[in-house]
Amino acid sequence: MGSQLSGPDPHVAKNSGWHEPPPRKGFFTDTSICIGCKACEVACKEWNGIPDDGFNLLGSSYDNTGALGASTWRHVAFIEQPRRLGEQELAFEGMPLGPPASDALNEAGDAALSGDRSLLGTDNTKVQLGMPSFNLPGAASGLETRTDFRWLMSSDVCKHCTHAACLDVCPTGSLMRTEFGTVVVQDDICNGCGYCVPACPFGVIDRRIGDRDTVKNVGIAQKCTLCYDRIGAGQTPACAQACPTQSIQFGDVDELRVRAQERVETLHANGVSDARLYGENPHDGIGGAGAMFLLLDEPEVYGLPPDPIVTTHDLPVMWKQAGLAALSLLAGAAAAFVGRSR
Amino acid sequence: MTTPGPAQQQRAAPEPSSQAKRGRRRRGAGRDGDPVVPEVSFSSYYGRPVVKASPWAADIPAYLFLGGVAAGSSLLGAGADLTDRPTLRRTSRIGALAAVTLSFVALVHDLGRPARFVNMMRVAKLTSPMSVGTWILTMYGPGAGLAGAAELSGLMPRPVRSLIEALARPAGIAAATVAPALASYTAVLLADTATPAWHDAHRELPFVFAGSAAAAAAGLGLIGATTADAGPARRMAVLGALGELAAERRMESSMGLSAETMHMATAGRLMRASRTLTVAGAAGAALVAARSRVGAALSGVALLAGSACTRFAIFEAGQASARDPKYTVVPQRERLDRRP
Repeated sequence: MGSQLSGPDPHVAKNSGWHEPPPRKGFFTDTSICIGCKACEVACKEWNGIPDDGFNLLGSSYDNTGALGASTWRHVAFIEQPRRLGEQELAFEGMPLGPPASDALNEAGDAALSGDRSLLGTDNTKVQLGMPSFNLPGAASGLETRTDFRWLMSSDVCKHCTHAACLDVCPTGSLMRTEFGTVVVQDDICNGCGYCVPACPFGVIDRRIGDRDTVKNVGIAQKCTLCYDRIGAGQTPACAQACPTQSIQFGDVDELRVRAQERVETLHANGVSDARLYGENPHDGIGGAGAMFLLLDEPEVYGLPPDPIVTTHDLPVMWKQAGLAALSLLAGAAAAFVGRSR
Repeated sequence: MTTPGPAQQQRAAPEPSSQAKRGRRRRGAGRDGDPVVPEVSFSSYYGRPVVKASPWAADIPAYLFLGGVAAGSSLLGAGADLTDRPTLRRTSRIGALAAVTLSFVALVHDLGRPARFVNMMRVAKLTSPMSVGTWILTMYGPGAGLAGAAELSGLMPRPVRSLIEALARPAGIAAATVAPALASYTAVLLADTATPAWHDAHRELPFVFAGSAAAAAAGLGLIGATTADAGPARRMAVLGALGELAAERRMESSMGLSAETMHMATAGRLMRASRTLTVAGAAGAALVAARSRVGAALSGVALLAGSACTRFAIFEAGQASARDPKYTVVPQRERLDRRP
C-alpha cells in the first residue's frame, strides 16, 4: 500500500488494473498565452451538459465564475497586478494622461440644475472647470500617477493527480482511474457521501446542489472528466478544442511534460523570469499532476496550493495511531473493571 | 523567481500595520507587553478558500459522538455482563443499541443520495476510512443490536426471547471486540482529508476520540446504573476524561498554525464548553457519584455533553480552517521556503 500512496508512478493506469492501457493523457495549460476569453468554460459546460452555477458579479476582475466546483469544471482566474509582464514594452508608455474632463463637467451640470449657473460660464465670473490648467490637455499629464499593470489569466481544471485523494477516499468505488490515467466519477454509483470534497488538496470536486427535479446529478460529486467520452473516441477534450490560443494543450502526459519544460525555458530566455511550472514534477506531493500548468506568479496568487501533499501520504501513520488509540481504549476499559470491586 | 512587491498581494487577513514583505512573515505574540499578534501575510486569490470545506452538516459530528457512545457503551456493557452488574449492563447495552441506530440514521441522512447507501458495500478499501468504517459498523452493529435487544426481551414472544437471551453474552462480547475500532477510526475519517485542522491533528485525534468515547459512555452508565453497579463507569469516566484532555493538549501543540481555529468563533466556544463539562463531569464521577445518585446522573450528563461538544468543536474547527486560505497556504509556503 505504501508505494501506491506517494511518489512517482509511471504506470498509474496499469497499477489500477488496466491491461496494456494507452499512454496517460492530460492537459498542459500555458497561462502565459491565455487571453481570458473563457471559451474553455463555455465549451466545457456545453459539451458536458453542466447546469448553471449562478449568474453573479463577484467583483474580482473579469472572474464572475468564482472557483472550480460541481458545476464549474474549468475556471478562468483573472488577477490584476501593478507590474509588467517580463520585460514587456508598453505600447502607450509615452502618451499623456490626465483626469477625465467628465467629472468637472458633471459637477458643473449638477450645480446648474440646482440653481447655481456660475460654473457653466454663462455669467461674467471666472469659469473653473476643475482642469489642471488652461494648457493643452496633457501638457501636465499625470504620467507620474501611472503604474505598471499586468493581467494574469489562467484556466484552472482538475489536476487528475497521480495520487488522487478523492479517488482513494471514495467509499463506493464511484471515483475510478480510467485507462487514460485520469480520474472520473461514475454518476450512477456515487451516493453523495461527500468525502472526496474535503479530501481534494486543490478544492476541485464538490457535491452538486440544486433542484432534484430539474437539475441532473444533484447530490452527487462532480468534476472534470477530461472529457472521458471524447478522448475515448479519439477526440480532444472540449476545453482544449475550443481554446483559441492553445493555452490549453491536450496530449500524452510524458510529451506535455517535455513541452512544458521547453516553454518555461523559452520564457526565461525571453526575460519572463516569473514563469514556472506547476504540477509537472512526478516527485511532488501528489506524484505529479495529469493536468499541469505554466504560471507567471506563485501558485497561491492563482488560488492554487503552493505545495500540496496528498492526505493519504500520511494514512499509514493515521491507521497506526488509530490502532494504538483503540488498544488504549480497550486497556482503559479493562482497567476500569479490575481495580476495586464495586 | 522574483520577489513580488507587497502591493500585488491580495490578502485574506487584514493588512499588517507595516507592509510585511514576502518571506518575512512573523507569527506569535510580540514580547514584553506587546499583545498584538501580527497577522500572517500571504497571497491568495481574492481571499477565497483553496480547499473546499466538507459539505457535511450536523449529522457527521453527531455521528462521531453517537459512534463514540455506542463503542464505549459496548465495552462497559460486556464488562458489566461478565462481572454481574445488571443495571450498568442494561443501561450500556440499550445505550449502545440506541446510539448505533441513531448513528446509522445520521450517516444515511447525510448522503447526497440516501437511497444509494448500499453502494458503500460494493467495495472494501483500506485507503478510504469511510469504507473501513462501513465495515467496522457492519461487524459491530449485529452484536450490539442483539445485546441491546436482549435487554428488551420482555417485549418479545417466548421462543425469540430465550434465543436472544442465550446469544446476548457472545453478541455483546463480539461488539465489544470491535468497539475500540469504532471509537477511533472516526478520527482517521476526519484526518484523511485536506482540511488543515483535521489533517494536522492526525497523530493525536484518535486518542482524543477514544478518550471522548470512554467519557461519554461512562456518563451514560452513571445516569442509568445504581451506585453499587457504577464503579467501573466512574473509573472509566475519570480515565476517559483525563485521556481526552491530555491528548487534546498534545494535539494543539503539534498542529501548528491551524490549532488557532480551535480557539476561534463557534469551535472555540464549543471547545471551552467541552473542557469545562468534561472536567466537571470527571470530578463529579470521582468525588460525588459513589455517594449520590443525583450527583452521578448530573456528572453523567456533563460527560455526555462534554463529549458532544468535543466532536462538534473539532468538526467546526476543521470547517473554519478549510474556509480560510491562510491555513492551507501559509504552512505549505513555509514548507516550500524551507526546502533547499
